[in-house]
Amino acid sequence: MPQIAQLTADNWYLASQLFWLLVIFASVYVVIGRGMLPKIEATVDARDRKVAGDLAAAKSAHAAADALEESYRQKNDAARADAQRVVTEAKDAAARDAEKRLAVIDAELAQKLASAEQEISAARTSAMAEVESVAAEAATDLVAKLSGVTVEQADAQQAVKAVIRG
Amino acid sequence: MAAESGKIDPMHQFEVAPIGSGFDLGGQEIMFTNSALWMAVAAILLAVFMIGGMKRQLVPGRWQAAVEGFTNFIAGMTTQSIGSEGRKYTPYVFSLFMFILFCNLVGMLPLGVFGLHPFTATSHLAVTGVLALLSFSIVLIVGFWKHGLHFFSLFVPQGTPKVMLPLIVPIEFFSFMIRPFSLALRLFVAMTAGHLLLKVLSSFVISGFNADTLWLGSIVSVLSFTLMIGITALELLVAGIQAYVFALLTSLYINDAVNLH
Repeated sequence: MPQIAQLTADNWYLASQLFWLLVIFASVYVVIGRGMLPKIEATVDARDRKVAGDLAAAKSAHAAADALEESYRQKNDAARADAQRVVTEAKDAAARDAEKRLAVIDAELAQKLASAEQEISAARTSAMAEVESVAAEAATDLVAKLSGVTVEQADAQQAVKAVIRG
Repeated sequence: MAAESGKIDPMHQFEVAPIGSGFDLGGQEIMFTNSALWMAVAAILLAVFMIGGMKRQLVPGRWQAAVEGFTNFIAGMTTQSIGSEGRKYTPYVFSLFMFILFCNLVGMLPLGVFGLHPFTATSHLAVTGVLALLSFSIVLIVGFWKHGLHFFSLFVPQGTPKVMLPLIVPIEFFSFMIRPFSLALRLFVAMTAGHLLLKVLSSFVISGFNADTLWLGSIVSVLSFTLMIGITALELLVAGIQAYVFALLTSLYINDAVNLH
C-alpha cells in the first residue's frame, strides 16, 4: 500500500509529497483564501447592504406615501366640509334675502291696498255727497212742480240725507 | 491498471511516480511527482473557478452565483460554529474545503480513457495528515494564544463532579489528541476505499469479458458495470461530503479553541 509505505523511514516520495502539498496549499491559501475570497465576500456584503438599503428606502417611501395619502384625505375632508358650509351659508343668505324682499313687497302691496281702499272710500263719500245734492235738487224740483212750494236748499238736503242714511 | 501478467493491481492508482528531475532541499531530494501534478491541477482549476466569480457584479451571473454559493456556504459554516469571530477563519476553512473538494473531484475525472491517470492526492495519508495537523496546530495556537494555560480547562467539561475528574480529564485529553488522526484517517480511508472499490469492480468488468465461459462472464461484467455506475455517483457524493466534514470539524475544533466549550 503506497500510502502506508511512504510513512516508513527510507521512502523517496514522502518528502516530495509533503513539500509540494505545502507549497500548493500555501499558495491556495494566500492567493485564493486571502486574495480572492475577501473580494467575493465584499461583493456579497455590498449586495446585502444595497438590498437592505433599498428595502429600507422602499419602506420609508411607502410610509411617506401613506402619510401623504392620509394628509390628502384630511385636506379633502376639510375642503368638502368647507364647501358644505359655504353652500349652507349661501342657501341661508338667499333664503333670508328672499324673505326680506318678500316682506318689502308685502308691505308695499299692503300700502297700495290701503291707499286704494282709501281712494275708493273717498270716491264713495264724494259720490254719495253728489248723489245727495243731486237728490236734493231733484226733490226740490219735484216739490216745486207738484205743490209749487219752494223748499229751501238746506231743508231739502237734510231731508234727503235723512232718507239715504236711514 | 498496469496489467502485469494479465492481473490488474487496484493499488497501482495510488503509486507515486516522479515526473522530471528533482532538486535538493536540506539533504532530501524533492521530485515533482504525479501527486504534485494533480494537486497543482486541482489548485489551478480552483483558481479558474474562483476567477469566474470575481466579476463582482451586483446581480450575479450563473458562475458568480456558484462561486458566491460556495463562499456563503463556508462563511455561514464558520460564523455558525465559531460565532462572530468566525469570519477571521473563513479564508483557511474555505481554502481547506475547496482544495480537498477539488482534489477529490479531480481524482474522479475519467481521464484514464485518454491515457491520463488522475491521482487522488487526498487518498494519501501523508497529505490528509498534513492538512489535519495544520488544522490541529491552528487550534492549539489559537487556543493557547487566546486563553493561555486556561486552555486546559477544555478538558474539564462544565459541571463535572470533582470525584470524576481523574477519569474524565484523561478521556477528554485523549479525545482531543485523537482529533488530527480521526480527521486525517476519515478522508484518507473514504477516498482510498472508494477508489479501490471502483478499480476492483472495473477489473471485474474486464476479466468478465475475458472469461472462458463468456455468458457467465458477461453477466458478471454487466452486473459489475451497473454497480459501478451507482458507486461512481456515490463516490461523487462522498467527495463532497468528506470535504464538508473536514471543513466542518475543523471549524468546530477552532470553535473549541476560540470559545472554550
